[in-house]
Order: sequence, then structure tokens, then C-alpha cells
Amino acid sequence: MVTIGIMDYKAGNIRSVLTAVQYLGANGVISDDPDVLRRCDKLIIPGDGEAKAVMGVLALTGLGDFLREYFQLGKPILGICIGCQIVLERSEERSTPCLGFIPGEVVRFPKKPGLKVPHMGWNQVHHDTSHPIFHGVPEDSPCYFVHSYYPVPRYKEHEAARTEYGISFVSALKKENLIALQFHPEKSATPGLKMIENFIFHC
Amino acid sequence: MLLKRIIVCLDVRNGKTTKGIRFKGNINIGDPVVMARHYYEEGVDELVFYDITASAEGRRLFLDVVERVAEQIFIPFCVGGGIGSVQDMRDTLLAGAEKVSVNSQAVKNPRIIAEGASRFGSQCIVLGMDALRDPSLPSGYRVVINGGRTPTERDALQWALEAEKLGAGEIVINSIDADGTKEGYEITLTRMLSEAVQIPVVASGGAGKPEHLADVLIEGKADAALIASMVHYGEYSIPQIKEYLNARGIPIRMV
Repeated sequence: MVTIGIMDYKAGNIRSVLTAVQYLGANGVISDDPDVLRRCDKLIIPGDGEAKAVMGVLALTGLGDFLREYFQLGKPILGICIGCQIVLERSEERSTPCLGFIPGEVVRFPKKPGLKVPHMGWNQVHHDTSHPIFHGVPEDSPCYFVHSYYPVPRYKEHEAARTEYGISFVSALKKENLIALQFHPEKSATPGLKMIENFIFHC
Repeated sequence: MLLKRIIVCLDVRNGKTTKGIRFKGNINIGDPVVMARHYYEEGVDELVFYDITASAEGRRLFLDVVERVAEQIFIPFCVGGGIGSVQDMRDTLLAGAEKVSVNSQAVKNPRIIAEGASRFGSQCIVLGMDALRDPSLPSGYRVVINGGRTPTERDALQWALEAEKLGAGEIVINSIDADGTKEGYEITLTRMLSEAVQIPVVASGGAGKPEHLADVLIEGKADAALIASMVHYGEYSIPQIKEYLNARGIPIRMV
């Protein structure tokens, strides 16, 4: 059975990620111990949180160094929400240096009349159908978002999906063994579960 | 484009769901876990569970319900009722809820909004507000607490703005005048709040038919509409409501 490590860095609702992984027939392990996570076949960096706090925890616990090592080894990683933002070089959220796996930065939604921030709710995801995580996921599937900041990769080759909210923004990133989703697949009903299933079995 | 949400509300007492008509005469109608799964499969966008028991024993049964719901549905859900401290919020979020809702407790102690928001993030702190028409107040609506029984000195619009400033991530506005009437939402109140705050506003109270949802989502400028009895008693299904809204040109998640 595939074992999915779910990184516990005291952020957000990680239990729902574990529930989804188990529901789809994989073994899920929540841990903050790099030695435990290192033994897992694949890794999920789950969602919710604030960039500076999250990067602080990663530095303090050694999980940041572990992530760099895991990424270098070429093992599959799925980032969710804040886990999709910290893989870039820096975040505008309290000017936080991040992991830098993908060139680019994270910025806040612009102040526009009528544009409510956080961007919260179901919105359509126009995805790159060629990436295995999106196989069998209908184009423009609505997914569940909760965020005030969004990723801006420097190069188009790292874009895996786009979504419109006042502006068109990149809602998924890809690079080699890393795929990162700004929305919450574990809260996005059937299309979201399909993505997690694809990550478990086909990425 | 951000889609409008349809939220089903389940009142839970001693581990079972109820639906009160004007907050009186609640009757048991089912197992909340089974109902949650049913609405999830029908394509509802979000669920809200209110714990309407006051006892410690009822609270344990309720958290057990929350945990079992979290294992069954893969959409966001919010939990309210009986949340009076940051510890209560933590227990509820750890049980698997996406958001927690505070109502009377926040009126009595507004700091709980700020504490919850700084600890868990604004996105998971929802202000629930019950309001009653009252021309003697500046906005024309008075905040009432304890399930609509106790009037407060607060003006509904002022309270919404204050809660937003404190860090609430969403407001559920429930009209006591409309609640249980099945004659439609309070459009004026909903629109006033929605235009005043920068956070999403969920309309609650008064839904009886799909036209009412269309009215509050369009004219009331609500981001989401909360429904209960119109689906609990089998009068309408979620797909039926969504097909109607879709045909009216309202952006909605079709399943």
C-alpha cells in the first residue's frame, strides 16, 4: 500500500487531508518528524496558515531542510494552499523568504471595489490537462478556495492551472516532482478527490 | 468566476437534527451524519451545524457528530452553537470543521472574534448574527441574542462592521422577522450588510422556494444562501434548486 506522509507543521485543518487519503485507499501518516516523513512514498504539505509563521516553524523544526532534501530526491510532493505558496521564493505576506523550489513570488489580491478578500468559495479551475494530477478531471471544475494571497511564478512553464477572481491568477504550480494547488482538493468534492487519487496512484 | 454558494443548515440537539419554526417547537427529523452525506451527494456547497444543546453531555455527542461528518463529506462545513472560548474553537476545528461560528457569545465578548482570528485565521471565524427590524436604530435593525429571545443595544450594521474589523471572515445574517415564514429572505438587511463589509455575507431565514434564493443572491447581493426546512422535509432537492438558479443565470456549482 502507498504511504502518504502529511506534514504536520501546526497549520490548518490537516485532519481532512488524512481523511481524504484514507477514504481513497492509501495509508496516511501525519507527522512532524523528518525521519518518519522520509520513509513515506509521497508527501503532502497541507493548507491554511500564514507565510511567516509557517516558515518560522519549518526553520525551527528542521522540516524546511527536510523538504529541500525530499524535493531534491525527486519524490512526489503535493502542496495545498499555503503549501502552494511557500514553494516560491518569497511571499509579500510580511515579506517572508520562502523555500524557492519554483522561481517567483506570492502577492496579495489587489484592492478593487467589490472584490472581497479573502477569495473564499467555489471557483473554476482551468487546468493543464496533460499533468497527471488532472487526468479525468473535467475542465473548469469548481474547486474550493480560501486565500488572500496568490502565487506568481516567474516562468509560464511552472503554471498548471489558472482561475479568475478580479484578475486571472495561477491556481496551480508544477515543477518536476512537485505539484501545488492553491485550492483545497480535500474540500472540493468529486474533482478534488480525483486529484488526490491521481497524486496517490499516478504522480 | 466565484460561484454563489448554497448552504444547508442542520440544527443538532443531543446528536439528532431538528428544525425549529421561529425557534419554537423543534422536532426530531434525523441523523445528522446521514443527512450530511445525503446533501453532499446531492451537490450542496457547504453545510452548517448548530449545536442547540446546552449540556456537557450534549456537547460530547455533538463533537462526535462533527468527527463522523468529517469522515463522510469532502466539502467545507461550519459549526456553531456553544462556542464561547478559543479552546471551544480549537476542539471544534480539530474535530474536522472548516469554520466556527460565534453569535451570542461574540456579542457578550467581542474579543473572542479577534482571538480566534489571530489564532486560527479570519477564514475560519464566522459571525452569526440574528437581527430584528427596529426603526428606532440607525440601520433599522437590532441585534438580538440567545436564539432571538434577548434584544441587545447593538445596531446590526454597526455590529457587522465592528466584527469585520475584529477579524471575522464571514457573516451569516439571520432575520428573525423572516425566519420560519418561508416567505423569502430579508433582502434590504442582507443587501445593506453585503454592500457595507468586504467579507462574504450569507443570507439566512425565510427561504421557502428557489425564487427566494435567486432574489437574495441577486437583489440582496448575498454571497451565499442558507436553507433548511425547504430541503429537510423533502419539498425541494438541492439539484432542483441549483437547476433553477442556473437557469436564472446565477453562477452556481453544477454537479
